[in-house]
Amino acid sequence: MRYPDLLASVGHTPLVGLPRLSPTADVRLWAKLEDRNPTGSVKDRAALAMIERAEADGTLAPGATILEPTSGNTGISLAMVARQRGYHVICVMPENTSFERTQLLRMWGAEIVYSPAQGGSNEAVRVAKDLASRNPDWVMLYQYGNPANPQTHYDTTGPEILADLPEITHFVAGLGTTGTLMGVGRFLREHKPEVQIVAAEPRYGELVYGLRNLDEGFVPELYDESVLTSRYSVGPHDALMRTRQLLHEEGIFAGISTGAILHAALGLADRAAGSGQVADICFIVCDGGWKYLSTGAYEGSLEEAEQAISGQLWA
Amino acid sequence: MAIEVQIPTILRTYTGGEKTVTADGGTLADLVADLDAKFPGLKDRVVDDAGLRRFVNVYLNDEDVRFLDGLATPLSDGDSVTILPAVAGG
Ligand SMILES: Cc1ncc(COP(=O)(O)O)c(C=O)c1O
Repeated sequence: MRYPDLLASVGHTPLVGLPRLSPTADVRLWAKLEDRNPTGSVKDRAALAMIERAEADGTLAPGATILEPTSGNTGISLAMVARQRGYHVICVMPENTSFERTQLLRMWGAEIVYSPAQGGSNEAVRVAKDLASRNPDWVMLYQYGNPANPQTHYDTTGPEILADLPEITHFVAGLGTTGTLMGVGRFLREHKPEVQIVAAEPRYGELVYGLRNLDEGFVPELYDESVLTSRYSVGPHDALMRTRQLLHEEGIFAGISTGAILHAALGLADRAAGSGQVADICFIVCDGGWKYLSTGAYEGSLEEAEQAISGQLWA
Repeated sequence: MAIEVQIPTILRTYTGGEKTVTADGGTLADLVADLDAKFPGLKDRVVDDAGLRRFVNVYLNDEDVRFLDGLATPLSDGDSVTILPAVAGG
């Protein structure tokens, strides 16, 4: 495929079958390889869409500074787009993220403000909102509430999936900002109302839930429960086990949130096979495993790996 | 009937620091009432007049109860219930 520049190549990702992990000939799993985007994650779509919308409505002027709370991937994607479009990026990122996230952000020229590990992304959002209020000329695109985030999945990811898999029965993705699930979910519901839209939410170590009070809990403004059929919480043991299984059985080297998503997808696959249904289950490979190598996720026993990533954010 | 309940850090002041407690109940609402009898005050932190509090998620065997029957979700012996504050990613 030929494109005029790198940004034009965002999206158009392959959908690959998983013959070894699919339980029967009638229940098939399909992986949408979002790691094949320029920075290696699904977030390139949202970052590009948010910047283009802000350029179109005049929010972003040449030379502007973009501020964003992020656990890493969105910041890396924004930095990649900003480098080409001439903006400066400041990311507020929790300190309990992999070393590679810091390296990649710096590589694409972003500045990093660390937020405390305790409280995870919720704390990054709070710190970024505070910084934004004190620097009114900075532009916060705010992925948790920016309609361009789900809209790009409605406009691109959803149609790509339906074109490649018209027989789709289930769609499974991770739940971070909820952009992927809201956008693809709405698109699929409009075109195939019977499709099940299933969320796999990462369950982290205790540190991440260490808020001072329950009112510090955070639900992204974009989240609309009515788009989903069900929502599962997947812990590090299951997520790591599936990440390794995907690597060993199908050769796909994915990040840890993809393992969590695969865990939910395999649960649905087993249920469909058990009740004799025909199912075509599409799930998102959010990113590759590269930026988690230093965490130890792929080495030693599962217990050692679980220990190694405890307290870290992986979505 | 015994149901294992995982308590998040911020609510452990009610359970004397216990991370996992057991309680009984035919439904999630019954379970929350039983928890409140054992650990007074816990209920108000988890539910309000409208149902589950906005920033609290409750999972039955890893599935979000909002997609089951909410507080009316039936429970069985051996089930595991996890209470967590809502957190984001991205
Ligand atoms: C690795 C990874 N997995 C899953 C997600 C969740 O995607 P979304 O923000 O669209 O809900 C993200 C980003 O938020 C991510 O970076």
